[in-house]
Amino acid sequence: MLSKKQLLTRGMFDISPHMLSVIPFGIICGAIGVELGFNPYLVYAMSFIIFGGASQIVFLQLLSGGASSLVAVASVGIINSRHLLYGAVLSEYLEKLSFIKKLLISYIVVDQGFAESNKFFKENRNEEYLHYHLIGSGCTLWVCWQIATLSGIILGSFVPEELGLKFAIPLTFIAIVVQDLKKLDHVIVMITCGFSSLLFFDAPFKSYIIISPIVALFVAALLMRLK
Amino acid sequence: MTLTSIIFAGILTYLTRMTMIALISRDMLGDNIKAVLEYVPSAVFPAIIFPGIFINDFGTFIDINDPKIYGAIVAIIVGYFSKNIIATILAGLISYWFLIFIVFS
Repeated sequence: MLSKKQLLTRGMFDISPHMLSVIPFGIICGAIGVELGFNPYLVYAMSFIIFGGASQIVFLQLLSGGASSLVAVASVGIINSRHLLYGAVLSEYLEKLSFIKKLLISYIVVDQGFAESNKFFKENRNEEYLHYHLIGSGCTLWVCWQIATLSGIILGSFVPEELGLKFAIPLTFIAIVVQDLKKLDHVIVMITCGFSSLLFFDAPFKSYIIISPIVALFVAALLMRLK
Repeated sequence: MTLTSIIFAGILTYLTRMTMIALISRDMLGDNIKAVLEYVPSAVFPAIIFPGIFINDFGTFIDINDPKIYGAIVAIIVGYFSKNIIATILAGLISYWFLIFIVFS
């Protein structure tokens, strides 16, 4: 049995490699907000209140492009609706927590933290304080995201644009799923999701980000029937 | 952009995070659904990976010989064998930089 502190540090340790992509992306995100001419305090408020990388950039871009706030808010909701899937997966491991703790821990569920903690949960089901791993990974992401977006807001885009560091985001997610390429059923599901995301890319409100996982999960269900 | 719109976007985002964790009990999901949920990472992350590689900042498809494609292939190979996140990201970035700064410049 690992102690709470051990699980917390393990979560922080497991998520730390992803900072390689999260920090530059946060800086870019903060810098874009200021470059588009928005109030720096409001740009930062997004990191605290929304706390969702890609959706923050879309929010800024839509508003600066003249979209109504209704469209911008709806897009953020749709982009982030994928968290419903993460929550459904995590709920198995967080069941025993009190309602208040569930409400608090929900705030720090983000893509990379979900991915790494879910991997750890699957291999260590019997640990009593499992959720400390998620707290460790989630809080590390939160702190780094706040610092990164703030530095982007204050210092501007000091990361040279030519480096194309936005490319680190797909790479970070490649690192997350690459080991599942060993399993044919997962490969089929990934390819389905990937191609649907390109096919539906122009769907309104950036809804490709939830349409393609749904299509891919249907394919997963079909594959399970066949097995 | 107003604080109100940010707060609404934040509430909506928080609801997406909280609903399944706090409001739905695990028993409400059937066994089949639980089994399908095993595929969530493989069913969600390619929707971030593919557009991040194949679609540029202007929302159009990239060329077939775009450096990002080669960077991604190198990252997949290195990631598969090294099982190391930092090595995967760096391999992808460095091969991408090698192509844009040295080969294609």
